[in-house]
Amino acid sequence: MSMGTGAIAISNGQLAASASLILLNIVLSTVLRLGLGRSLLLASGRMVVQLLLIGQVLQWLFLQQNPGLILALSLLMALMASLAAVHRTRHRFAGIYWQSFLSITASAALVTGLAMAGIIRVQPWTTAQYWIPLLGMVLGNTLNAISLGLDTLMERMLSQRAILECALSLGASRWEACRPQVREAIRVAMIPTINSMMVMGLVSLPGMMTGQILEGALPSAAVRYQIVILFMINSATALGVTAIVTLAYLHLTSPQHHLRLDRLQRLDQPTMKRMLQGKG
Amino acid sequence: MNGSSTSMPLFSAHALEPIQTGRACWQQLSFSLHKGDRLGLVAPSGAGKTLLLRALAQLDPLRSGELCCRGASPGKLGMTQWRAMVMLVAQRCAVTPGTVEDNLRLPLQWRQHRHQASWQRATIVAWLEALGRTSDFLGWDAEQLSGGEQQVLNLLRALQLQPVVLLLDECTASLDPSTCRAMETLLLRWLSETERACVFTSHDPDQIERFCNRVLALP
Repeated sequence: MSMGTGAIAISNGQLAASASLILLNIVLSTVLRLGLGRSLLLASGRMVVQLLLIGQVLQWLFLQQNPGLILALSLLMALMASLAAVHRTRHRFAGIYWQSFLSITASAALVTGLAMAGIIRVQPWTTAQYWIPLLGMVLGNTLNAISLGLDTLMERMLSQRAILECALSLGASRWEACRPQVREAIRVAMIPTINSMMVMGLVSLPGMMTGQILEGALPSAAVRYQIVILFMINSATALGVTAIVTLAYLHLTSPQHHLRLDRLQRLDQPTMKRMLQGKG
Repeated sequence: MNGSSTSMPLFSAHALEPIQTGRACWQQLSFSLHKGDRLGLVAPSGAGKTLLLRALAQLDPLRSGELCCRGASPGKLGMTQWRAMVMLVAQRCAVTPGTVEDNLRLPLQWRQHRHQASWQRATIVAWLEALGRTSDFLGWDAEQLSGGEQQVLNLLRALQLQPVVLLLDECTASLDPSTCRAMETLLLRWLSETERACVFTSHDPDQIERFCNRVLALP
Protein backbone atom coordinates (compact mmCIF):
# COMPACT_ATOMS: atom_id res chain seq x y z
CA MET A 1 0.00 0.00 0.00
CA SER A 2 1.45 3.31 -1.00
CA MET A 3 1.30 6.04 1.61
CA GLY A 4 2.73 8.63 -0.73
CA THR A 5 1.23 12.00 -1.45
CA GLY A 6 0.27 11.29 -5.03
CA ALA A 7 -3.16 12.90 -4.87
CA ILE A 8 -3.62 16.56 -5.79
CA ALA A 9 -3.92 18.58 -2.56
CA ILE A 10 -7.24 20.39 -2.17
CA SER A 11 -7.01 24.07 -1.16
CA ASN A 12 -9.57 26.01 0.91
CA GLY A 13 -10.82 27.66 -2.29
CA GLN A 14 -11.42 24.29 -3.89
CA LEU A 15 -13.26 23.13 -0.76
CA ALA A 16 -15.48 26.21 -0.97
CA ALA A 17 -16.13 25.50 -4.65
CA SER A 18 -17.23 21.95 -3.82
CA ALA A 19 -19.59 23.32 -1.16
CA SER A 20 -21.40 25.25 -3.89
CA LEU A 21 -22.62 21.91 -5.22
CA ILE A 22 -24.95 21.67 -2.23
CA LEU A 23 -26.66 24.85 -3.46
CA LEU A 24 -28.20 22.73 -6.21
CA ASN A 25 -29.88 20.59 -3.57
CA ILE A 26 -31.10 23.64 -1.65
CA VAL A 27 -32.60 25.18 -4.82
CA LEU A 28 -34.29 21.87 -5.61
CA SER A 29 -35.64 21.62 -2.06
CA THR A 30 -36.98 25.19 -2.24
CA VAL A 31 -38.60 24.79 -5.67
CA LEU A 32 -40.22 21.47 -4.83
CA ARG A 33 -40.98 22.60 -1.24
CA LEU A 34 -39.34 19.51 0.19
CA GLY A 35 -38.59 21.31 3.45
CA LEU A 36 -35.07 19.90 3.47
CA GLY A 37 -33.16 23.18 3.19
CA ARG A 38 -32.47 23.53 6.90
CA SER A 39 -31.50 19.88 7.25
CA LEU A 40 -29.20 20.09 4.23
CA LEU A 41 -27.41 23.16 5.56
CA LEU A 42 -27.09 21.65 9.03
CA ALA A 43 -25.85 18.30 7.71
CA SER A 44 -23.35 19.97 5.38
CA GLY A 45 -22.05 22.23 8.13
CA ARG A 46 -21.72 19.35 10.57
CA MET A 47 -19.99 17.18 8.00
CA VAL A 48 -17.40 19.85 7.17
CA VAL A 49 -16.67 20.76 10.79
CA GLN A 50 -16.53 17.13 11.96
CA LEU A 51 -14.20 16.05 9.15
CA LEU A 52 -11.86 19.04 9.48
CA LEU A 53 -11.64 18.43 13.21
CA ILE A 54 -11.04 14.69 12.92
CA GLY A 55 -8.40 15.41 10.25
CA GLN A 56 -6.48 17.53 12.75
CA VAL A 57 -6.98 15.05 15.59
CA LEU A 58 -5.81 12.10 13.51
CA GLN A 59 -2.77 13.97 12.24
CA TRP A 60 -1.78 14.76 15.83
CA LEU A 61 -2.59 11.22 17.02
CA PHE A 62 -0.50 9.55 14.32
CA LEU A 63 2.51 11.57 15.46
CA GLN A 64 1.99 10.66 19.15
CA GLN A 65 1.55 6.86 18.73
CA ASN A 66 0.31 6.77 22.32
CA PRO A 67 -1.69 3.56 23.03
CA GLY A 68 -3.71 5.32 25.75
CA LEU A 69 -4.82 8.03 23.35
CA ILE A 70 -5.60 5.50 20.64
CA LEU A 71 -7.73 3.53 23.13
CA ALA A 72 -9.53 6.69 24.24
CA LEU A 73 -10.35 7.71 20.67
CA SER A 74 -11.43 4.16 19.83
CA LEU A 75 -13.81 4.10 22.80
CA LEU A 76 -15.16 7.52 21.84
CA MET A 77 -15.79 6.30 18.29
CA ALA A 78 -17.53 3.18 19.61
CA LEU A 79 -19.62 5.31 21.97
CA MET A 80 -20.74 7.60 19.15
CA ALA A 81 -21.54 4.58 16.97
CA SER A 82 -23.61 2.92 19.71
CA LEU A 83 -25.55 6.15 20.37
CA ALA A 84 -26.24 6.58 16.65
CA ALA A 85 -27.36 2.94 16.37
CA VAL A 86 -29.95 3.38 19.13
CA HIS A 87 -31.15 6.80 17.93
CA ARG A 88 -32.38 5.32 14.69
CA THR A 89 -34.72 2.82 16.40
CA ARG A 90 -38.38 3.56 17.12
CA HIS A 91 -38.50 2.01 20.59
CA ARG A 92 -36.35 2.15 23.71
CA PHE A 93 -35.83 0.09 26.84
CA ALA A 94 -33.69 0.62 29.92
CA GLY A 95 -30.16 -0.52 29.19
CA ILE A 96 -30.48 -0.28 25.40
CA TYR A 97 -27.49 2.12 25.20
CA TRP A 98 -25.24 -0.14 27.25
CA GLN A 99 -26.24 -3.16 25.21
CA SER A 100 -25.57 -1.28 21.99
CA PHE A 101 -22.17 -0.06 23.26
CA LEU A 102 -21.20 -3.52 24.45
CA SER A 103 -22.21 -5.25 21.19
CA ILE A 104 -20.57 -2.68 18.91
CA THR A 105 -17.37 -2.37 20.94
CA ALA A 106 -16.85 -6.09 21.46
CA SER A 107 -17.52 -7.09 17.85
CA ALA A 108 -15.57 -4.24 16.22
CA ALA A 109 -12.59 -4.50 18.60
CA LEU A 110 -12.40 -8.28 18.23
CA VAL A 111 -12.55 -8.29 14.45
CA THR A 112 -10.28 -5.26 13.95
CA GLY A 113 -7.76 -6.63 16.47
CA LEU A 114 -7.72 -10.02 14.77
CA ALA A 115 -7.28 -8.45 11.34
CA MET A 116 -4.51 -6.11 12.50
CA ALA A 117 -2.55 -8.74 14.40
CA GLY A 118 -3.31 -11.88 12.42
CA ILE A 119 -4.09 -10.89 8.83
CA ILE A 120 -2.50 -7.54 7.90
CA ARG A 121 0.16 -8.13 10.60
CA VAL A 122 0.84 -4.49 11.41
CA GLN A 123 3.81 -3.96 13.78
CA PRO A 124 2.85 -2.95 16.42
CA TRP A 125 -0.78 -3.99 15.90
CA THR A 126 -2.02 -0.82 17.60
CA THR A 127 -0.43 1.47 14.98
CA ALA A 128 -2.94 4.34 14.81
CA GLN A 129 -2.57 4.92 11.07
CA TYR A 130 -4.10 1.46 10.46
CA TRP A 131 -6.15 0.87 13.61
CA ILE A 132 -8.26 4.05 13.58
CA PRO A 133 -9.38 4.01 9.90
CA LEU A 134 -10.08 0.26 9.94
CA LEU A 135 -11.98 0.48 13.22
CA GLY A 136 -13.94 3.45 11.86
CA MET A 137 -15.02 1.56 8.78
CA VAL A 138 -16.06 -1.48 10.81
CA LEU A 139 -17.96 0.66 13.34
CA GLY A 140 -19.74 2.66 10.65
CA ASN A 141 -21.11 -0.46 9.02
CA THR A 142 -21.86 -2.35 12.23
CA LEU A 143 -23.96 0.50 13.61
CA ASN A 144 -26.33 0.36 10.64
CA ALA A 145 -26.80 -3.37 11.07
CA ILE A 146 -27.33 -3.01 14.82
CA SER A 147 -29.98 -0.34 14.24
CA LEU A 148 -31.80 -2.56 11.77
CA GLY A 149 -31.52 -5.66 13.95
CA LEU A 150 -32.74 -3.92 17.10
CA ASP A 151 -35.59 -2.15 15.34
CA THR A 152 -36.73 -5.31 13.57
CA LEU A 153 -36.65 -7.39 16.77
CA MET A 154 -38.63 -4.86 18.80
CA GLU A 155 -41.15 -4.25 16.02
CA ARG A 156 -41.69 -7.98 15.36
CA MET A 157 -42.03 -8.84 19.05
CA LEU A 158 -44.66 -6.11 19.46
CA SER A 159 -46.62 -6.86 16.31
CA GLN A 160 -46.50 -10.64 16.91
CA ARG A 161 -47.22 -10.47 20.61
CA ALA A 162 -50.29 -12.72 20.30
CA ILE A 163 -48.22 -15.41 18.58
CA LEU A 164 -45.51 -15.18 21.25
CA GLU A 165 -48.03 -15.40 24.09
CA CYS A 166 -49.80 -18.29 22.41
CA ALA A 167 -46.50 -20.20 22.15
CA LEU A 168 -45.66 -19.50 25.80
CA SER A 169 -49.13 -20.58 26.93
CA LEU A 170 -48.66 -23.89 25.07
CA GLY A 171 -45.44 -24.61 26.98
CA ALA A 172 -42.74 -23.07 24.78
CA SER A 173 -39.63 -21.69 26.45
CA ARG A 174 -38.86 -18.04 25.81
CA TRP A 175 -36.26 -19.04 23.23
CA GLU A 176 -38.63 -21.43 21.44
CA ALA A 177 -41.30 -18.74 21.36
CA CYS A 178 -39.04 -15.88 20.20
CA ARG A 179 -36.72 -17.81 17.87
CA PRO A 180 -38.53 -16.77 14.63
CA GLN A 181 -38.42 -13.09 15.60
CA VAL A 182 -34.75 -13.28 16.66
CA ARG A 183 -33.82 -15.05 13.44
CA GLU A 184 -35.74 -12.55 11.32
CA ALA A 185 -34.05 -9.60 13.06
CA ILE A 186 -30.57 -11.02 12.39
CA ARG A 187 -31.49 -11.85 8.78
CA VAL A 188 -32.87 -8.37 8.04
CA ALA A 189 -29.83 -6.72 9.64
CA MET A 190 -27.40 -8.74 7.52
CA ILE A 191 -29.10 -8.07 4.17
CA PRO A 192 -27.50 -4.66 3.39
CA THR A 193 -23.96 -5.94 4.07
CA ILE A 194 -24.49 -9.03 1.90
CA ASN A 195 -26.13 -6.94 -0.85
CA SER A 196 -23.25 -4.47 -0.89
CA MET A 197 -20.76 -7.33 -1.21
CA MET A 198 -22.78 -8.73 -4.12
CA VAL A 199 -22.40 -5.57 -6.23
CA MET A 200 -18.96 -4.52 -4.98
CA GLY A 201 -16.77 -3.59 -7.93
CA LEU A 202 -19.70 -3.85 -10.34
CA VAL A 203 -21.87 -1.00 -9.09
CA SER A 204 -19.82 0.63 -6.37
CA LEU A 205 -16.14 1.38 -5.89
CA PRO A 206 -15.64 1.67 -2.14
CA GLY A 207 -14.30 4.89 -0.65
CA MET A 208 -11.23 3.36 0.91
CA MET A 209 -10.16 1.76 -2.35
CA THR A 210 -10.80 4.97 -4.27
CA GLY A 211 -8.71 6.89 -1.73
CA GLN A 212 -5.80 4.52 -2.04
CA ILE A 213 -5.90 4.70 -5.84
CA LEU A 214 -5.96 8.52 -5.72
CA GLU A 215 -2.93 8.35 -3.44
CA GLY A 216 -1.09 6.42 -6.14
CA ALA A 217 -1.54 2.82 -4.98
CA LEU A 218 -1.88 0.14 -7.63
CA PRO A 219 -5.57 -0.78 -8.08
CA SER A 220 -4.64 -4.47 -7.75
CA ALA A 221 -3.14 -3.74 -4.33
CA ALA A 222 -6.02 -1.47 -3.28
CA VAL A 223 -8.64 -4.14 -3.98
CA ARG A 224 -6.81 -6.55 -1.70
CA TYR A 225 -7.20 -4.14 1.20
CA GLN A 226 -10.82 -3.68 0.27
CA ILE A 227 -11.43 -7.43 0.31
CA VAL A 228 -9.95 -7.69 3.79
CA ILE A 229 -12.09 -4.76 4.93
CA LEU A 230 -15.28 -6.25 3.54
CA PHE A 231 -14.67 -9.56 5.27
CA MET A 232 -13.97 -7.66 8.49
CA ILE A 233 -17.19 -5.65 8.12
CA ASN A 234 -19.21 -8.76 7.42
CA SER A 235 -17.80 -10.61 10.37
CA ALA A 236 -18.18 -7.69 12.81
CA THR A 237 -21.71 -7.08 11.58
CA ALA A 238 -22.73 -10.69 12.17
CA LEU A 239 -21.15 -10.73 15.64
CA GLY A 240 -22.52 -7.33 16.66
CA VAL A 241 -26.04 -8.03 15.43
CA THR A 242 -26.18 -11.45 17.04
CA ALA A 243 -24.95 -9.93 20.31
CA ILE A 244 -27.43 -7.01 20.38
CA VAL A 245 -30.42 -9.08 19.26
CA THR A 246 -29.65 -11.75 21.87
CA LEU A 247 -29.19 -9.19 24.65
CA ALA A 248 -32.38 -7.36 23.67
CA TYR A 249 -34.43 -10.59 23.45
CA LEU A 250 -33.19 -11.62 26.92
CA HIS A 251 -34.18 -8.20 28.27
CA LEU A 252 -37.66 -8.37 26.71
CA THR A 253 -38.40 -11.77 28.23
CA SER A 254 -37.82 -13.08 31.75
CA PRO A 255 -35.98 -16.19 32.99
CA GLN A 256 -39.46 -17.41 34.05
CA HIS A 257 -40.47 -17.32 30.39
CA HIS A 258 -42.69 -14.25 30.62
CA LEU A 259 -42.91 -11.63 27.92
CA ARG A 260 -41.65 -8.28 29.19
CA LEU A 261 -42.79 -6.03 26.36
CA ASP A 262 -43.94 -3.59 29.04
CA ARG A 263 -40.27 -2.66 29.21
CA LEU A 264 -40.51 -1.15 25.73
CA GLN A 265 -41.30 2.49 25.23
CA ARG A 266 -42.39 3.83 21.89
CA LEU A 267 -40.55 6.96 20.88
CA ASP A 268 -43.25 9.46 19.99
CA GLN A 269 -41.58 12.65 21.08
CA PRO A 270 -38.67 13.94 19.00
CA THR A 271 -35.46 13.68 20.99
CA MET A 272 -33.02 16.54 21.32
CA LYS A 273 -30.64 14.68 19.04
CA ARG A 274 -33.29 14.34 16.32
CA MET A 275 -34.15 18.01 16.66
CA LEU A 276 -30.49 18.93 16.31
CA GLN A 277 -30.38 16.78 13.20
CA GLY A 278 -33.35 18.69 11.83
CA LYS A 279 -35.58 15.60 11.97
CA GLY A 280 -37.86 16.94 14.67
CA MET B 1 -66.07 -22.39 46.93
CA ASN B 2 -66.15 -26.07 47.68
CA GLY B 3 -64.95 -28.77 45.36
CA SER B 4 -67.35 -31.30 43.92
CA SER B 5 -65.50 -34.17 45.57
CA THR B 6 -63.66 -34.81 48.81
CA SER B 7 -60.73 -36.54 47.08
CA MET B 8 -57.45 -34.69 46.52
CA PRO B 9 -58.07 -31.98 43.93
CA LEU B 10 -56.33 -32.01 40.54
CA PHE B 11 -55.78 -28.31 40.82
CA SER B 12 -56.08 -25.75 43.58
CA ALA B 13 -55.76 -22.00 43.85
CA HIS B 14 -55.50 -20.39 47.28
CA ALA B 15 -55.83 -16.72 48.27
CA LEU B 16 -54.93 -15.35 44.84
CA GLU B 17 -54.27 -11.62 44.54
CA PRO B 18 -53.76 -10.08 41.12
CA ILE B 19 -50.71 -7.98 40.32
CA GLN B 20 -52.84 -5.21 38.76
CA THR B 21 -54.62 -3.13 41.35
CA GLY B 22 -55.60 -0.15 39.24
CA ARG B 23 -59.26 -1.26 39.00
CA ALA B 24 -61.73 -3.30 41.00
CA CYS B 25 -60.88 -6.95 40.58
CA TRP B 26 -61.10 -10.30 42.33
CA GLN B 27 -59.21 -10.54 45.62
CA GLN B 28 -58.31 -13.44 47.91
CA LEU B 29 -59.70 -15.92 45.40
CA SER B 30 -59.61 -19.62 46.23
CA PHE B 31 -61.03 -22.65 44.43
CA SER B 32 -60.13 -26.17 43.47
CA LEU B 33 -60.84 -28.48 40.56
CA HIS B 34 -61.41 -32.21 40.58
CA LYS B 35 -61.41 -34.73 37.79
CA GLY B 36 -63.98 -33.88 35.13
CA ASP B 37 -64.79 -30.45 36.60
CA ARG B 38 -65.96 -27.78 34.19
CA LEU B 39 -65.82 -24.57 36.17
CA GLY B 40 -67.66 -21.67 34.58
CA LEU B 41 -66.37 -18.20 35.44
CA VAL B 42 -69.21 -15.69 35.48
CA ALA B 43 -68.58 -11.97 35.70
CA PRO B 44 -69.36 -8.76 33.83
CA SER B 45 -66.87 -7.51 31.24
CA GLY B 46 -63.76 -6.00 32.81
CA ALA B 47 -64.09 -7.96 36.05
CA GLY B 48 -60.82 -9.74 35.41
CA LYS B 49 -61.79 -13.14 33.94
CA THR B 50 -58.95 -13.07 31.39
CA LEU B 51 -56.59 -11.70 34.03
CA LEU B 52 -57.44 -14.66 36.26
CA LEU B 53 -56.94 -17.24 33.50
CA ARG B 54 -53.60 -15.67 32.52
CA ALA B 55 -52.51 -15.71 36.16
CA LEU B 56 -53.55 -19.38 36.52
CA ALA B 57 -51.42 -20.19 33.45
CA GLN B 58 -48.65 -18.05 34.97
CA LEU B 59 -48.44 -15.85 31.88
CA ASP B 60 -48.81 -12.94 34.30
CA PRO B 61 -47.36 -13.06 37.80
CA LEU B 62 -49.59 -12.99 40.88
CA ARG B 63 -49.04 -10.56 43.72
CA SER B 64 -49.65 -13.37 46.18
CA GLY B 65 -51.37 -16.72 46.48
CA GLU B 66 -50.63 -20.36 45.90
CA LEU B 67 -51.23 -22.55 42.89
CA CYS B 68 -50.95 -26.31 42.81
CA CYS B 69 -51.50 -28.86 40.05
CA ARG B 70 -51.23 -32.58 40.84
CA GLY B 71 -49.46 -31.70 44.08
CA ALA B 72 -46.80 -29.46 42.53
CA SER B 73 -46.43 -25.68 42.43
CA PRO B 74 -45.30 -23.68 39.37
CA GLY B 75 -42.00 -22.99 41.13
CA LYS B 76 -41.36 -26.70 41.60
CA LEU B 77 -42.35 -27.70 38.07
CA GLY B 78 -40.79 -24.78 36.20
CA MET B 79 -42.83 -22.41 34.09
CA THR B 80 -42.83 -24.31 30.81
CA GLN B 81 -43.96 -27.55 32.44
CA TRP B 82 -46.61 -25.72 34.46
CA ARG B 83 -48.03 -24.16 31.29
CA ALA B 84 -47.97 -27.52 29.54
CA MET B 85 -50.13 -28.86 32.41
CA VAL B 86 -52.28 -25.78 33.01
CA MET B 87 -52.85 -24.57 29.47
CA LEU B 88 -54.56 -21.37 28.37
CA VAL B 89 -56.48 -21.23 25.11
CA ALA B 90 -56.76 -17.49 24.58
CA GLN B 91 -59.76 -15.70 23.17
CA ARG B 92 -57.58 -14.08 20.53
CA CYS B 93 -56.37 -16.77 18.14
CA ALA B 94 -52.77 -16.68 17.02
CA VAL B 95 -51.57 -18.65 14.03
CA THR B 96 -48.17 -18.78 12.39
CA PRO B 97 -47.58 -18.83 8.62
CA GLY B 98 -48.15 -22.26 7.08
CA THR B 99 -50.92 -24.83 6.96
CA VAL B 100 -53.20 -25.93 9.76
CA GLU B 101 -51.07 -29.07 10.10
CA ASP B 102 -47.88 -26.95 10.40
CA ASN B 103 -49.53 -25.03 13.22
CA LEU B 104 -50.64 -28.20 14.96
CA ARG B 105 -47.21 -29.77 14.66
CA LEU B 106 -45.26 -26.70 15.85
CA PRO B 107 -45.65 -27.19 19.63
CA LEU B 108 -44.71 -30.86 19.29
CA GLN B 109 -41.17 -29.73 18.40
CA TRP B 110 -40.71 -27.89 21.68
CA ARG B 111 -38.67 -29.44 24.46
CA GLN B 112 -41.65 -29.62 26.79
CA HIS B 113 -43.66 -31.81 24.43
CA ARG B 114 -41.01 -33.49 22.27
CA HIS B 115 -40.86 -36.63 24.39
CA GLN B 116 -44.39 -36.57 25.79
CA ALA B 117 -46.65 -35.92 22.82
CA SER B 118 -46.44 -36.91 19.19
CA TRP B 119 -48.28 -36.12 15.98
CA GLN B 120 -51.51 -38.15 16.12
CA ARG B 121 -53.03 -37.55 12.73
CA ALA B 122 -55.79 -40.15 13.18
CA THR B 123 -56.92 -38.54 16.45
CA ILE B 124 -56.91 -35.06 14.94
CA VAL B 125 -58.90 -36.24 11.92
CA ALA B 126 -61.42 -37.95 14.23
CA TRP B 127 -61.79 -34.67 16.18
CA LEU B 128 -62.21 -32.73 12.94
CA GLU B 129 -64.91 -35.14 11.77
CA ALA B 130 -66.67 -34.74 15.10
CA LEU B 131 -66.72 -31.01 14.33
CA GLY B 132 -68.17 -31.56 10.85
CA ARG B 133 -64.89 -31.11 8.97
CA THR B 134 -62.70 -33.38 6.89
CA SER B 135 -58.95 -34.01 6.85
CA ASP B 136 -58.69 -31.43 4.01
CA PHE B 137 -58.77 -28.81 6.76
CA LEU B 138 -55.22 -29.83 7.74
CA GLY B 139 -53.87 -28.57 4.41
CA TRP B 140 -55.54 -25.17 4.52
CA ASP B 141 -53.53 -21.96 4.90
CA ALA B 142 -53.86 -21.10 8.58
CA GLU B 143 -53.66 -17.36 8.01
CA GLN B 144 -56.61 -17.48 5.60
CA LEU B 145 -58.95 -19.21 8.07
CA SER B 146 -62.07 -17.46 9.33
CA GLY B 147 -62.29 -16.49 13.01
CA GLY B 148 -64.30 -19.62 13.80
CA GLU B 149 -61.93 -21.90 11.90
CA GLN B 150 -58.97 -20.38 13.74
CA GLN B 151 -60.74 -21.13 17.03
CA VAL B 152 -61.09 -24.77 15.97
CA LEU B 153 -57.35 -24.87 15.22
CA ASN B 154 -56.60 -23.12 18.51
CA LEU B 155 -58.57 -25.67 20.53
CA LEU B 156 -57.29 -28.78 18.75
CA ARG B 157 -53.72 -27.51 19.11
CA ALA B 158 -54.18 -27.42 22.88
CA LEU B 159 -56.15 -30.69 23.20
CA GLN B 160 -53.47 -32.73 21.42
CA LEU B 161 -50.88 -31.59 24.03
CA GLN B 162 -52.90 -33.36 26.77
CA PRO B 163 -52.90 -30.70 29.49
CA VAL B 164 -54.32 -31.54 32.93
CA VAL B 165 -56.27 -28.29 33.24
CA LEU B 166 -57.56 -26.45 30.20
CA LEU B 167 -58.28 -22.73 30.62
CA LEU B 168 -60.76 -21.74 27.92
CA ASP B 169 -61.19 -17.99 27.48
CA GLU B 170 -64.32 -17.47 25.34
CA CYS B 171 -62.80 -19.93 22.95
CA THR B 172 -66.06 -20.77 21.20
CA ALA B 173 -67.22 -17.16 20.74
CA SER B 174 -66.66 -17.19 16.95
CA LEU B 175 -68.10 -20.65 16.27
CA ASP B 176 -71.48 -21.14 14.62
CA PRO B 177 -74.11 -22.72 16.93
CA SER B 178 -73.83 -26.26 15.55
CA THR B 179 -69.98 -26.31 15.64
CA CYS B 180 -70.17 -24.80 19.12
CA ARG B 181 -72.38 -27.68 20.31
CA ALA B 182 -70.12 -30.22 18.61
CA MET B 183 -67.10 -28.62 20.29
CA GLU B 184 -68.78 -28.87 23.69
CA THR B 185 -69.45 -32.57 23.08
CA LEU B 186 -65.85 -33.11 22.00
CA LEU B 187 -64.56 -31.29 25.09
CA LEU B 188 -66.78 -33.38 27.38
CA ARG B 189 -65.47 -36.58 25.80
CA TRP B 190 -61.85 -35.35 26.02
CA LEU B 191 -62.30 -34.40 29.69
CA SER B 192 -63.71 -37.83 30.55
CA GLU B 193 -60.79 -39.75 28.97
CA THR B 194 -58.44 -39.31 31.93
CA GLU B 195 -57.87 -37.01 34.91
CA ARG B 196 -58.64 -33.62 33.44
CA ALA B 197 -60.58 -30.47 34.26
CA CYS B 198 -61.28 -27.13 32.67
CA VAL B 199 -62.11 -23.54 33.52
CA PHE B 200 -64.47 -21.94 31.05
CA THR B 201 -65.53 -18.37 30.35
CA SER B 202 -68.34 -17.32 28.05
CA HIS B 203 -70.71 -14.40 27.70
CA ASP B 204 -73.49 -16.86 26.90
CA PRO B 205 -75.25 -17.84 30.17
CA ASP B 206 -77.02 -20.72 28.37
CA GLN B 207 -73.66 -22.17 27.34
CA ILE B 208 -72.34 -21.92 30.91
CA GLU B 209 -75.51 -23.60 32.15
CA ARG B 210 -75.24 -26.32 29.51
CA PHE B 211 -71.52 -27.07 29.62
CA CYS B 212 -70.31 -26.37 33.16
CA ASN B 213 -70.98 -28.45 36.27
CA ARG B 214 -69.89 -25.67 38.63
CA VAL B 215 -69.96 -21.89 38.51
CA LEU B 216 -67.69 -19.34 40.14
CA ALA B 217 -69.04 -15.79 40.15
CA LEU B 218 -66.32 -13.15 40.26
CA PRO B 219 -67.17 -9.97 42.17
